[in-house]
Amino acid sequence: MWQRLRAIVRKEFIQTARDRRTLVAMLMLPVVLLFLFGHAVEMQVDHIPTVVVDGSRDSQSWALLEALETSGFFDIDYYVESEAEAIKAIDEGQARAAIIIPPDFAVSLQRGGAQALVVVDGSDALTVQSAFNAAITVGEAHAVQLLTEKLERSGLQGAASLAPLEVRTRVLYNPDIRSIVFMVPGMLGLILQNQTVMLTALAIVRERELGTIEQLLVTPIRSWELMLGKILPNVIIGLLNLCTVLIFGVLWFGVPFSGSLRLFFLMSLLFMFSSLGLGILVSTVSANQRQAQQLTMLINLPSMMLSGYVFPRSPMPVLIQRIGDLLPLTHFLVIVSGIMTKGVGFYFFRQQVWALLIYGAVVFALSTFAFKERLE
Amino acid sequence: MSSLGKAVGMDGPAIEARALCKSFISRESRGRIQAVDHLDLIVQRGETFGLLGADGAGKTTTLRLLNGLLRPDAGVARVAGFDTAKEYRQIHLLAGYMPQQFSLYGDMSVLENITFFAEVQGLTRAEREARIPDLLHFARLEAFTGRRAAKLSGGMRKKLALTCMLVHRPRIIFLDEPTLGVDPVSRREFWNLLSELRAKSRLTIVVCTPYMDEAERCHRVGLLYEGRLIAQGTPAEIKAMVPGQLLEIRPSDFNAARAVLRDAESVQEMQTYGQLLHIFVDNAQQRAPQMKAMLEEQGIEAGEIRRIEPSMEEAFISLMSQQKHKGRLDREETEA
Repeated sequence: MWQRLRAIVRKEFIQTARDRRTLVAMLMLPVVLLFLFGHAVEMQVDHIPTVVVDGSRDSQSWALLEALETSGFFDIDYYVESEAEAIKAIDEGQARAAIIIPPDFAVSLQRGGAQALVVVDGSDALTVQSAFNAAITVGEAHAVQLLTEKLERSGLQGAASLAPLEVRTRVLYNPDIRSIVFMVPGMLGLILQNQTVMLTALAIVRERELGTIEQLLVTPIRSWELMLGKILPNVIIGLLNLCTVLIFGVLWFGVPFSGSLRLFFLMSLLFMFSSLGLGILVSTVSANQRQAQQLTMLINLPSMMLSGYVFPRSPMPVLIQRIGDLLPLTHFLVIVSGIMTKGVGFYFFRQQVWALLIYGAVVFALSTFAFKERLE
Repeated sequence: MSSLGKAVGMDGPAIEARALCKSFISRESRGRIQAVDHLDLIVQRGETFGLLGADGAGKTTTLRLLNGLLRPDAGVARVAGFDTAKEYRQIHLLAGYMPQQFSLYGDMSVLENITFFAEVQGLTRAEREARIPDLLHFARLEAFTGRRAAKLSGGMRKKLALTCMLVHRPRIIFLDEPTLGVDPVSRREFWNLLSELRAKSRLTIVVCTPYMDEAERCHRVGLLYEGRLIAQGTPAEIKAMVPGQLLEIRPSDFNAARAVLRDAESVQEMQTYGQLLHIFVDNAQQRAPQMKAMLEEQGIEAGEIRRIEPSMEEAFISLMSQQKHKGRLDREETEA
């Protein structure tokens, strides 16, 4: 039994090493992805190119514009004469937001009930969110300041402390709200899952497609020996990738690693076990490599969307959340962000550990069961 | 049950199949194709048995059924006494199978391939060190141990496949068209290797082949036609099964002679070989002068009409067209 397993492992290693191009791609991809994501992706959009229609053109309107610009969210690039022109600038993509101040702004301000309009390009979700929040926050702050000044001018002392309520926020673990801190732990899981599922999914179906399975089936090799033997090289590739992403994430991007490194690797192995099982299951039920690749996409795409990596899970409908529960990445994300960002221990994510354990056992059992020891 | 099987295996035939059936769902015709149809077969120990048949006659399916790679729809087959449907693991331990398609690893070297199969067949290190050089020597592959299998010529690939199949010293081997796509010299070499194996041990060989010259090298052959074994016996017996006697004519005008004789009542069957006509008749001595006269009547020079022994190929074609004819009659009968 061990001799057969060893023979399969050795064969897989030889074949993996001989396919240089695939091997290099597999080892380089995570680093490339990390740098692309790390440098290019910013969840919070600032310096939005902005066009202004200032109908009022006085100190009051300038004060508001200055407040908006100093917030860092809006870059006022140029001024136009009408709302129509401003919309046209957004249509043409020259601006993503427009600030429109009516001619009676200063007058209304004295009377109370002045209005300024911020138009936002809705074709990009993240810009909308950032511009929307920034406009409201800056506008409110500006309004409070104007009110305070007015009250002080009318002789009320200590007006600065007039506000009855102030909400203060404190962000735990990631005080500067840097996207990369969220990004790296999730990406570790995503890369690990995508690669292991893909590599393993092709493992058995390739033998079937090349016809080599016919020769293997008449040897004393057992199905689980074949599966385990095919998995081991992928485990090593997965571990190597885990190390490179971790090293670059921590040293290059300065992502904090608060928890236990040993626990981290142990949990990663557990996670790999379940996604490898998923890959093997795909491989046993696919007739050819194309089918296997499509099935893999069917797993990897929802993993990105439903695991909580890109979109938060709590607002999702219950049914979608349950579908997300079927993906190993969902559970691993809780574990990995727990270890890396929060620095918590095993106790805090024991539910997820159980989920992954059961998951791995079930998919392995299913694929051993589904593996046909005959040609039909 | 398995102890009974083993007891049978000690002295029974190497292979025994009774009413073996296998059908597949066909995508093109949306029906079922009867690939193997009530096949009865007995192969004795130490015998070389050739399965002959056209493409699609069911040769590969038969071999896969005997290996336990496919499960029969009906009927039973025993290999060395083991039931192919249930005890295929035992069969794999004592049999070897060489698929028609190249099924080794092209990205691994000759030596790596052999070593892999030796290891999965459970040979110890000492056994491997003794066995592998022997096999390499036997197949004349010693000079190519480091070459990737994908870079081997067709003939060498077949020899490598044979070598990998033999590592565990099987007592029965199944070969599926082992010389397909191999040049004539390598074909001869491959068969010489098989003869060498036969000489050394009482190896039972079941070989599928479309080549009639290879069929002549078998102890016994079986003719497969549409999944049925329409004839089996020694090559001489097969030739004797052809009814009638065979005449060979070299006419001066081939096409005209063919047209004249095609409708002649005395002609049972006509096959053409280049500029030669081979004609099956009931009585050669009586018919030869008649034909000569018929041809000369039309101004065709018949030359010398000789009586010849049918070759394997003629016997094969004759038996097959008889089946085809019989099949047509049966169909007409059921329709009427």
